[in-house]
Amino acid sequence: MQPPIIQFRDLWKGYPMAGGRVDALKGVSVRIEAGEFVAIMGPSGSGKSTMMHIAGLLDSPSQGVYELGGENVSALSRDQRADIRNRKIGFVFQSFNLLSRCTALENVELPMLYHRPAFPDRRQRALAALRLVGMEARAAHLPTKLSGGQQQRAAIARALVNQPALILADEPTGNLDTRTGQEIMELLAGLNAQGITIIIVTHDPEVGQAVRRRIKLRDGLIEVDEVA
Amino acid sequence: MGIWLTMQMALRALLAYKVRTLLTMLGIIIGIGSVIVMISIGRGANASIQEQIHSLGSNMLMIFSGTSKSGGVRSGYGTKPTLYVSDVAAIARDCPAALNVAHATIQNEQIVAGKRNWGARVYGTTESYVVVWDWPLQEGEFLSESQVRAAANVVILGAAVYENLFEPGAEVIGQRLRIKNVPFRIIGILSPKGRTPSGQDQDDTVFIPYTTMERKLAGQRLPGLVNFILVSAQSGELVEEAKREVEELLRQRHRLQPGVDDDFTVRTLDEFAAMAGKTTNTMTWLLAAVAAISLLVGGIGIMNIMLVSVTERTREIGIRMAVGARKSDVLFQFLVEAMVISLAGGIMGTILGVSSAQLIARLAGWMTIISLDSILLATIFSAVVGIFFGFYPARKASNLDPIEALRHN
Repeated sequence: MQPPIIQFRDLWKGYPMAGGRVDALKGVSVRIEAGEFVAIMGPSGSGKSTMMHIAGLLDSPSQGVYELGGENVSALSRDQRADIRNRKIGFVFQSFNLLSRCTALENVELPMLYHRPAFPDRRQRALAALRLVGMEARAAHLPTKLSGGQQQRAAIARALVNQPALILADEPTGNLDTRTGQEIMELLAGLNAQGITIIIVTHDPEVGQAVRRRIKLRDGLIEVDEVA
Repeated sequence: MGIWLTMQMALRALLAYKVRTLLTMLGIIIGIGSVIVMISIGRGANASIQEQIHSLGSNMLMIFSGTSKSGGVRSGYGTKPTLYVSDVAAIARDCPAALNVAHATIQNEQIVAGKRNWGARVYGTTESYVVVWDWPLQEGEFLSESQVRAAANVVILGAAVYENLFEPGAEVIGQRLRIKNVPFRIIGILSPKGRTPSGQDQDDTVFIPYTTMERKLAGQRLPGLVNFILVSAQSGELVEEAKREVEELLRQRHRLQPGVDDDFTVRTLDEFAAMAGKTTNTMTWLLAAVAAISLLVGGIGIMNIMLVSVTERTREIGIRMAVGARKSDVLFQFLVEAMVISLAGGIMGTILGVSSAQLIARLAGWMTIISLDSILLATIFSAVVGIFFGFYPARKASNLDPIEALRHN
């Protein structure tokens, strides 16, 4: 049997604060299989951002074990985490986070610049990723010349381009109007239908309705884990 | 990431802020430019001094008498009289590499002409003095052999002495003047020759036969002693040969046993040139060091702007880290940007320096020499400045926390 994409075992994350320590995660255990479409939900301060940062290897847990695709990644160095992010994780952000001086195509090429070994056919791969999100025609545009929805499509193409095991989307519709947000959700659903694991962090119940599984956090613990 | 790609990225980032990049470069441009100009002026000064020294007659040897020692106190050259007119005659006779030989004894005297007077160095010498020096007269004649033999009361004036004793343009050949109350007839005026490399005015001198000096001006001094001997070699290649012959001959004549130090010193003009070269070299490096300070200031300018740039681009750094940039990738990106600024500034500064050096040469008439090594030095230096001053901002960028960086506005 294939190992789960994500396996958290009693994961803790604390931050040193004035007058002690604040725990953002207080022993979270969860298992997400390959091909799932998951929303992590909860009010602000519930620990969902921390959970995403750890799942995305932007941060390490203070305690507990995190296995990504069966590999223990709880205590890796900064550079090791950077390499795994590059190969296995694609990020989609609320504010798109495209480099403003680079065209859509160049933004999509960005993860490949840090891939070891180097890809010989960066341009073709980036174009293919843009085609997948319906943005091929706007490859040469700067982000400022694109609408919010188009920028988020380019950002999704960037997240896809290194063929990651997992896409982590942090409020991907937060900066978009309802209709464009729905389009982006449809795009993500389509990608999930092609077998890509997608985890969305959101507090928007409508987004939550669009996915199969909802994990609700409160005060650093999982409150609800339901499959629609 | 490959170095070529990093370079391309750096160029794009710098081109995005053209004015800022150019202003940052300006410090390096001025710094490198002034280093190159200063070195080229220094080298040019050295070359023109060397040229002056060799215009004195590159085949020349100077022989000074030895040093005196008294109770451990050693005085300078010429303080112990050891050279005689007979040595001069022997050199002329027995050194085949020597072409002309002259000698001189120097006294400072007050010279009186009519109502004016002037203190000058009086050289007691022979007819061959101007031949060895290759020193032309502007009027009249130099000493003749018979005047030297007869200890005639005749004098030849240096250009500066002439100016100080007579009205400009005054006809003085045949006129009389007094040195130490002894009357002399003026028979010639030398053309101006300028100063020696050590700053002595060669024109502030008068020349009389050494025989006349010995008999009528010298007072108590031993007859036949000379202050220094000048020898011109047959050719430039024979200078060293002539030096060896003179040294051998003088040791023999002065009866110096092997192992005993010479009681005289032989200097070639090449040695003088080497000494002068050392001085101007020191000057050159001093000038370059002053110019290098502006390079330092330029480097600090780079650091300043790179720090601003790191802060401004914090979010970009966060994005790059999120998609997999390692610490070293970010470090290199900013380091290369700093290096591109300083190297490009270095290249522009080199162009500026070379063209200003040529402009100075044309406008001020100074000799300037631009050499490849100073350009190479400037280029390497600018790259080093880039690495040195770019490192701190680059490290700051690479140490950013990706989560914090992504949140940055």
